[in-house]
Amino acid sequence: MRAADTASARDAASGGAPLLEVVGLTTTLVATGASVLEDIAFTVEAGETLCVVGESGSGKSMLALAIMGLLPPAIRIRRGEIRVHGEDLARLSPAEWRARRGRDLAMIFQEPMTALNPVMRAGAQVAEVLRKRRGMTDDAARGEALRLFERVGIPNARARLSAYPHELSGGLRQRVMIAIALAAEARLLLADEPTTALDVTIQAQILDLLNDLRRERGLGLMLITHDLGVVAEMADRVLVLYAGRMAELAPVAALFDRPMHPYTRALLASIPTSEGPRTRLVAIDGAVPAVGAMPQGCRFRPRCPHADARCEAVPPLVAHEPRHHAACWATAPEDRAS
Amino acid sequence: MIRFLARRLAGSAVVLLLVSLLTFGLIWLVPGDPTTVLLEASATPEQVGRLRVALGLDKPLPLQMLDWYGRVLSGDLGQSILLNRSVTEALLERLPVTLSIAAISLTLAVMLGVTAGILAALFHNRWPDQIVMSTALFGLSVPDFWLGLVFVVVFALGLGWFPTGGFTPIEQGVMEWARSIALPSLALALTQMGFVARMARASMLDVLNQDFVRTADAKGLSRTYVVLRHGLPNALVPLLTVTGIIAGALLGGTVVIEQVFSIPGVGRLIIGAILSRDFPVIQGGLLFLAVVYLLVNLVVDILYAAVDPRVRLA
Ligand SMILES: Nc1ncnc2c1ncn2[C@@H]1O[C@H](COP(=O)(O)OP(=O)(O)OP(=O)(O)O)[C@@H](O)[C@H]1O
Ligand SMILES: [Mg+2]
Repeated sequence: MRAADTASARDAASGGAPLLEVVGLTTTLVATGASVLEDIAFTVEAGETLCVVGESGSGKSMLALAIMGLLPPAIRIRRGEIRVHGEDLARLSPAEWRARRGRDLAMIFQEPMTALNPVMRAGAQVAEVLRKRRGMTDDAARGEALRLFERVGIPNARARLSAYPHELSGGLRQRVMIAIALAAEARLLLADEPTTALDVTIQAQILDLLNDLRRERGLGLMLITHDLGVVAEMADRVLVLYAGRMAELAPVAALFDRPMHPYTRALLASIPTSEGPRTRLVAIDGAVPAVGAMPQGCRFRPRCPHADARCEAVPPLVAHEPRHHAACWATAPEDRAS
Repeated sequence: MIRFLARRLAGSAVVLLLVSLLTFGLIWLVPGDPTTVLLEASATPEQVGRLRVALGLDKPLPLQMLDWYGRVLSGDLGQSILLNRSVTEALLERLPVTLSIAAISLTLAVMLGVTAGILAALFHNRWPDQIVMSTALFGLSVPDFWLGLVFVVVFALGLGWFPTGGFTPIEQGVMEWARSIALPSLALALTQMGFVARMARASMLDVLNQDFVRTADAKGLSRTYVVLRHGLPNALVPLLTVTGIIAGALLGGTVVIEQVFSIPGVGRLIIGAILSRDFPVIQGGLLFLAVVYLLVNLVVDILYAAVDPRVRLA
């Protein structure tokens, strides 16, 4: 009830603005000024799942951390807006941004092994959010932590409250992380490869859980993944990142049916066709260029089969269909590619 | 937990056995014989022989050793050759002196060192960090006896705030007692504090970079809360080991610092015994120091298990 109340209050206050709206986000290395993310723009609506895909080093984690305001000290937001409930977090002071974390947006990290405090009981790591961020008493927090543990499907939840992280399996730890993310009732959930470190069967369970929670609470989910199988199962829309730039942004069906960027096509071609195990995106020759060593123009150019002279200029992100954007000279509609 | 402690206890027993073997054996590698000290140079070989029989020095070495272990296990460290009293008595009498200096300097070194180190970590690469680090480097690079001598010159001889040496038992006045051990404790503490501060800083910096601190930050908790509730307990775990190491170093340090301040502690007793080849006192004293050291480390291990739940499984 409470969740719904505050959520609807926020929706009303933001005047129907998307849950998350990123505009022209550019982050750079403090030391050299080299860009890590460049000109990123997308939205996540309430109840929607946006999957972010791209090879290792393409900037997926940095994007999530930038939105949380938790970038490593070496990287800084240079330009752009990060609107959550219509409010630009990038303009806030660090203290104001911190006050939004947990309450307005929450994050689940990739490594459940290291993301929990090893010397603190699992229940306490949830309860502290309830006490500090929702002002609950110790007793109320304990009760609510138990309910959250049960909701995220931790068997034998009452006993697990007093377990230490090392006493829990990877899957259970990730469920604890999800309980932490839910604790302060944030509507926007960022999940950075939440299942990569887990067994295949556990992966499916965790994804189901995230999906149920999204539907039940109307969460906006930004799900980072390497795994196009996960994309097919979970995504409403997909953002393809390459070397810190947007390659393509499209509804999931359009992306799989009519990929417009050669990089997306290469990614799709790298999916194993048989019923084999899901593999990481490695089937394209070469690797993502390093920050500070980016090629001029299109960053995919050195690996692209269609590269020509035009690609020495940065390709703009253009709409192929109303909600389908790609940044490529070769596939851009005629009138834009001149 | 029980199994963890049992293993540690067994480990300590093995160390103790090795130390005792070494203590006993080393004596016989050292040239010289207590009889040459006890008797005048003009003593006849008969006189020497009688004394050796009286002291049990005539028996074969393994027998002497068996004798010694038998007595030690029943709590009897033997009779001092020179002091005309039992070794246990002599040690117990001097124990409070050494322990108070070691304990006070340990407390000072750990509390101040940890605080300074953590401040340095929180202000990484800013001026508090630089001050702590350069002070720590100074502490690390001066020997404790030198610092002790400087303290004597400045605070005792120069300013007259403290006695230049000697020890006042606590029964004769707390203030006098405190003044008599202030300088030696401080000299010892300062040299160890640099080490503690550097370790505390490194440990805190390491912890603050770990994923779970980022998780705590993602909860929107205040920085102070994150540092104290999530950072500190994790940073303290490796510092407990450091405390064990320091305790050993401080025990060794008291031996020297007691000489500088002419304080009648266990260290001076042992050094006196070495100079006069009072074998039972040397053996008893070294064994005793080893036991104290092992006890301290056992306490550290127990604390370790209390702080870090992962250790209890190991
Ligand atoms: N602390 C840091 N300081 C400087 N550069 C960094 C730092 N962390 C990451 N980077 C750089 O930022 C770029 C993007 O990294 P990021 O971790 O976002 O990639 P990713 O897409 O999440 O990859 P992965 O799939 O391996 O998680 C990389 O080139 C990386 O080298
Ligand atoms: Mg990543």
